[in-house]
Amino acid sequence: MPTFNDILIMLPEFYLVAAACVLLLTDAFMKPEQRPHLHWISIFVLLVGIYLVIAGQPEQAATAFGGMFVRDDVAEILKVFALGTTALVFVYARPYLIDRKLLIGEFYTLMIFAVLGIMLLVSAGNLLTVYLGLELLSLSSYALVALNRDARLPSEAAIKYFVLGALASGMLLYGMSMVYGASGMGGTPSLDLAQLHNVMTYTTAPNLLLFGLIFMIVGIGFKLGAAPFHMWIPDVYQGAPTPITTFIASGSKLAAFGMAFRLLSSGMGDLSQHWHLMLAVLAVISLAIGNLVAIVQTNLKRMLAYSTISHMGYLLLGLSAAGPEGYAAAMFYAICYALMGVAAFGVMLALSRAGFECEEIADLKGLNQKSPWMAFLMLLAMFSLAGVPPLFGFWAKVLVLEAAIHANMLWLAIVGIVFAIIGLYYYLYVIKVMYFDKPAEGSVLTVQQDKPLRVVLSLNALSLLALGLYWGPLLGWCRSAFGL
Amino acid sequence: MFNHLLSLLIWLPVAGAIPVLLAGSARPNLARWLSLLVAVLTFVVSLFLLVQYNPDTGGMQLTESYLWIASWGVHYGLAVDGISVALILMTTFVGILVIAGAWEVIQDRPHQYMAAMLILEGLLIGVFCATDALLFYALFEAILIPMFILIGIWGGPRRVYATLKFFIYTFFGSVFMLIALLYLYQKAHTFDLATLAALPLTLKEQSWIFFAFLIAFAIKVPMVPVHTWLPDAHVEAPTGGSVVLAAVMLKIGGYGFLRFSLPIVPDASEHFAWVVIALSLIAVVYIGYVALVQEDMKKLVAYSSVAHMGFVTLGIFIAFMLVRGSANTDMAQLGMQGAMIQMISHGFVSGAMFTCIGVLYDRMHTRSIKDYGGVINVMPWFGFFYVLFAMANCGLPGTSGFVGEFMVILASFSANPWIAVFAAFTLIIGAAYTLWLVKRVLWGDITNPHVAEMKEINGRETFVLVAFAAAVLALGIWPQPLVHLMDSSVSQLVHQIAIHKI
Repeated sequence: MPTFNDILIMLPEFYLVAAACVLLLTDAFMKPEQRPHLHWISIFVLLVGIYLVIAGQPEQAATAFGGMFVRDDVAEILKVFALGTTALVFVYARPYLIDRKLLIGEFYTLMIFAVLGIMLLVSAGNLLTVYLGLELLSLSSYALVALNRDARLPSEAAIKYFVLGALASGMLLYGMSMVYGASGMGGTPSLDLAQLHNVMTYTTAPNLLLFGLIFMIVGIGFKLGAAPFHMWIPDVYQGAPTPITTFIASGSKLAAFGMAFRLLSSGMGDLSQHWHLMLAVLAVISLAIGNLVAIVQTNLKRMLAYSTISHMGYLLLGLSAAGPEGYAAAMFYAICYALMGVAAFGVMLALSRAGFECEEIADLKGLNQKSPWMAFLMLLAMFSLAGVPPLFGFWAKVLVLEAAIHANMLWLAIVGIVFAIIGLYYYLYVIKVMYFDKPAEGSVLTVQQDKPLRVVLSLNALSLLALGLYWGPLLGWCRSAFGL
Repeated sequence: MFNHLLSLLIWLPVAGAIPVLLAGSARPNLARWLSLLVAVLTFVVSLFLLVQYNPDTGGMQLTESYLWIASWGVHYGLAVDGISVALILMTTFVGILVIAGAWEVIQDRPHQYMAAMLILEGLLIGVFCATDALLFYALFEAILIPMFILIGIWGGPRRVYATLKFFIYTFFGSVFMLIALLYLYQKAHTFDLATLAALPLTLKEQSWIFFAFLIAFAIKVPMVPVHTWLPDAHVEAPTGGSVVLAAVMLKIGGYGFLRFSLPIVPDASEHFAWVVIALSLIAVVYIGYVALVQEDMKKLVAYSSVAHMGFVTLGIFIAFMLVRGSANTDMAQLGMQGAMIQMISHGFVSGAMFTCIGVLYDRMHTRSIKDYGGVINVMPWFGFFYVLFAMANCGLPGTSGFVGEFMVILASFSANPWIAVFAAFTLIIGAAYTLWLVKRVLWGDITNPHVAEMKEINGRETFVLVAFAAAVLALGIWPQPLVHLMDSSVSQLVHQIAIHKI
């Protein structure tokens, strides 16, 4: 029987389930002209969620439901940023959705369920919870990608996402079953991550365990979008409606980091000498494929998709350091990437309008002459993604590089930095198009008049500069979560 | 105010850029006057450095240090010694002149141009007073952003190629320095430059770190063979961009050698000094010949910059041969001092040369030497200044160009006469390409009808050129104040590099 304390520990999640259900019902019984209010209610729901996460944070890591659910600082930070970036997505998405008549209750409900999935995933203390959270997030995401169900491209993207996602889930599940089996050979079988931690010391089937680990890493690689499990990323990024892409590029990545951390560190921490090199290889391939293929893209969403792949390479650099320093750096990177991604896609959302998707790089031609402010915000996002000081993205890169050097992987840090130079080109190209090119003949770039969008987007992009100038507290927060 | 003089110097122009930007393209004159005001204010504030800095005691002064990133122990640390003060003063001085020089020349979005210039100025000042390696690196890289924009928006026809090349090239160099700094951090658990200077390192470690630093700074200086971005960037940059690039940005490379390579990896620097010396001599001799055959005025001056910066690196690294080889501290100090004076002097001379070319370009919209000829007939006053700066460029005694080169040649003579022989080649080649340039542009008959329509320099241009001329002559005739300003700092540096770290 769950005790009252269990429920208290999981309060933010219970609250979000309830809120999502209420939203669903409200939507069904609302008059059509009142539906736009759902937008503000949903944002409010997320903000209350942030409050509950922060206010109810126990002094020390607490577990609920017999270790199924862990509530520690790592989970707290990831939840706060997942809820926060999703709220940003809501703000940025509104004009876009209104223009395309997609401002419907399903969007908000599905998004909140997806966030719930993220929250379960990053708090998982058991293989089952990992799977539960992952599926909740994934299924909601598949549906969200197909939100505009009559359009061809989103449907195609959704099918691709679903088929490949299901395959990856299957791999993950298969791996989990092997790990479970290995834990039963020579001991009591267990799904609990904390108990799995030292399976290696007693199991009579170490090879089975390693196989299980490899399959699990495939699942993690897919969720992160690390090469060679990245095939879905470009198509889904390009095909999905931009607000959904924004979500996949931000909250989803935080979830992927949380999942990797739970499975690899909490669960398979004893095997780190085995998986750290696998992650390093994934990192190198991701850096290479992401950065090189991004150079030839003409579609901005697709380019950012490849750039995501390369960024996941950097995140893996931190993870593969396999120590608290590395985890802190990787988490910092995930947060940083989420903020940068939201800002970059936010500018695209602000420049899109009914009948016009701002998604080709050429669409940004001469933006500095049409709207210097939007161009400046995009410039901040691009330089931050490229990792040029003093912007936030630079420090995130410095941290993961430092973590790699700290873990005696100087070669990996050098590979990382060399690809940073190559990656520089395509970000600079976007700035070149915005600043150095003349507006194309007959181009009518207009900025959405939506006040909240403009204000929040400006704050979002400026935060990249502000956090670049003063990132100490955030780093301190991330490090304290890993006991540093 | 004096407690935070350096912070004020950095942030005044950066913050000043915000109202300039807000003035917008609708009120270009407001933007111009505001930016001039900010630049002049910054210069005035920088003059307080002369009052506050005590050149007799030397060392790092006017220190500011605040914990910036607690968990990494990174400090927002600023301080200056004589070398920094000289470079900062030059930066703020040139800062006014580029703003004034761009006045009505930049018609397209002047507010953005001026704001980028001011931000650039603030960041450059920051580079010259950072005492924390990570802070230095951040500023060092951040400089690329405004410069990228400056060349890209207001540059010439091939500006996009030039600015991308400039950005990626220089970024490429500096990232290896970042890896080296992170490696040092693993060892020392701090980025404080003074602590890093005292950190013992094996020769193998030092060598790797030395080359990481060398790539970063050699590209900035630029040294042969990594100088190829410079002619492109210079040719395509707007006049103001070229002036800042030549006068201040190149100095960061030389300054970096003094602040990073020499104190942190002195033994590797000694070990590989011959590489730098050889490359410097190639720059002086070979690039001098390359400059001789240029058809484009800006390219010619750009190559001459590479050749002149060769003296800077030569002067810095010749000191190792003198200190470590023959314990000749006095001569080493002379060489280092000469390198520093050469940096300052080159700042004024090349800035002035680029300004002159800008003046010509604004009238004729061509940089090709063969389009000119007989300019002196229509612009006598301009000709006067042009000849003066050309003389300074070839190192005529009485101008600032002479002092530094002479000191470096003198020092290299006592290290190895052959080095001095090659270095002294510059006096011939430098004179050849500069005077030939003057001959083809200024003298002779007017062959191009457009030249006949050229107007004499106006008041604003005269002001800029007079300011440059005053600096060039003052340094040439009476360099003593500058020498005195930097003397104790240079001698401390020379004594520091004499200490073995292994």
